[in-house]
Amino acid sequence: MSQVIDDDPRIIEFDVRTDEMLVNMGPQHPSTHGVLRLVLRTDGEIVSEIEPHIGYLHRCAEKIGENVSARQFIPYTDRMDYLAAMNMNLGWSLAVEKLMGLQVTEKARHLRVLISEFSRIASHLVGMGAYGLDLGTFSPFLYAFREREKILDLFEEACGARLTYSYITVGGLTADLPPGWLARCEAFLDQFEPVIREYHTLLTTNAIFVKRTAGIGVLSPEMAINYGCSGPVLRGSGVDQDMRRDGESIYTAMYDGYAFEVAVMKNGHYPQDHVYPAVPADAVLGDCWHRFFVRMLEVVQSMDLVRQAIDRYSACSGPLGEPVKVAEKLPKGDVYLETECPKGQMGFYLVGDGTAIPWRVRARSSSFSNLSVLAELCHGCLIADVPAIVGSLDIVMGEIDR
Amino acid sequence: MRGPAFLESLEAAVPGGVVGTNLEALDPWVEVAPGAIADVCRWLHDAPETGFDSLQCITAVDWFEADPKKAAKAGWEPHLELVYHLWSTAARVSLVLKSKLPRWKDEVQGQPPEVPSVVGVWRTADWHEREVFDLSGVVFVGHPDLRRILCPEDWEGYPLRKDYEMPLDYHGIRGR
Repeated sequence: MSQVIDDDPRIIEFDVRTDEMLVNMGPQHPSTHGVLRLVLRTDGEIVSEIEPHIGYLHRCAEKIGENVSARQFIPYTDRMDYLAAMNMNLGWSLAVEKLMGLQVTEKARHLRVLISEFSRIASHLVGMGAYGLDLGTFSPFLYAFREREKILDLFEEACGARLTYSYITVGGLTADLPPGWLARCEAFLDQFEPVIREYHTLLTTNAIFVKRTAGIGVLSPEMAINYGCSGPVLRGSGVDQDMRRDGESIYTAMYDGYAFEVAVMKNGHYPQDHVYPAVPADAVLGDCWHRFFVRMLEVVQSMDLVRQAIDRYSACSGPLGEPVKVAEKLPKGDVYLETECPKGQMGFYLVGDGTAIPWRVRARSSSFSNLSVLAELCHGCLIADVPAIVGSLDIVMGEIDR
Repeated sequence: MRGPAFLESLEAAVPGGVVGTNLEALDPWVEVAPGAIADVCRWLHDAPETGFDSLQCITAVDWFEADPKKAAKAGWEPHLELVYHLWSTAARVSLVLKSKLPRWKDEVQGQPPEVPSVVGVWRTADWHEREVFDLSGVVFVGHPDLRRILCPEDWEGYPLRKDYEMPLDYHGIRGR
């Protein structure tokens, strides 16, 4: 018996005969990132089947969208992915602009890149901190939130809100940056850069963290594509796809002239633009560790993009431009646009019928598709690995339930 | 979309599958006969010239106007439209499929129309079809587990239909 334990802790479970048990995780379980209920069918410590139940946060945002004008819908997009509301605002604004054939000014374009990439850092910091919590380490959470707080302070200065910004809007942005903001932003970046090394020490290369994540919940690229996964979940499986580079021209034009390398493992290694920790020997492409690591790379990538955007934005002398009127009429027709949000590809589909109020609004949530792969990932894993896998998908329930 | 060249091969592979196209729209789309949707999707997924290996989204649009005056001017008959957004990871192109369904099966109010499921083509369609069933009332024939996903299991009606009315009462909670 003892030699069996040494080999694989899972094998002993089949030696000791146990009854099947249904275990309810959530909807108030702390590691389910909101109100997600998981029903686990377990055989001892092994999960044989997992059934996610969603909808606890359903507010019928799509129906609301059929009753308000396109600009009035902006605050509702805030409440989808409330950890990256700027990116939600941007996705909706671009979709409406695509339908209306609008183009924002050069200054608004660079400010949008600045703000949305900054928001990506904040979102990944929550993802990272909360992931540490899921795996039972408390301190990375505090370090992550300390820095995120400073980003929120900067956002508050720019638009007055800390979480639900409605800052980026159809036709541009609601306001320009206040005086001195760029200097404070640069000061933050300079202070933040060395902190990332601390994060790598705390989590990325931490022996316990690696043991809990490397080789756990391996998602093959084929399965990721088949399940419609996107964002870091897709790139963590080695699929080279980023809407900022591969998306539609109205979105990729925003990043024209910006230099960035998609955070994905190609030919056995990650981008070499900065010094990153080495991939641990136990890690398999597509496991929890890789999904986490892609997010950490994107923090650095977004920081570079913010710096580039600051330079370009301050070089712009033109006006910022005015957002469209609240009751601006939409042309007839339908458009679909996906943008690269921190959690993945967020799509908005909208049908205009000639009035100011859209005939139909549809939000394609990235977390929704990312979560749908959970049943497949958790098949045959240990109960203790379930929080590790859910956390590595970095879902936000506001966006899944809409 | 890489031009309409693949449409001819599609027509040959699934005769009668394509019933119309609009290549001038902002997002060019192909209209597919509802009964052929699964075959068309299977071909688009498998054929090397298209290779749409990913499904982004399924949407149902309810074209219905309750006000008879407005309905007379609308320019369309009441119907339900299914919109599929496809994506090819290798070629990085998208494709839009549309399909027109009756609002109710056999014109019986409350009886949702039926369409073949595409879960066999893309696994992601599982949850997307459940959502369309839940909110817009379309039955996907061949779906392994078609039940409500966002609304409670005992919810009645399809909230994203244009003629939907909130229930007056739900387990003692006032609706409107």
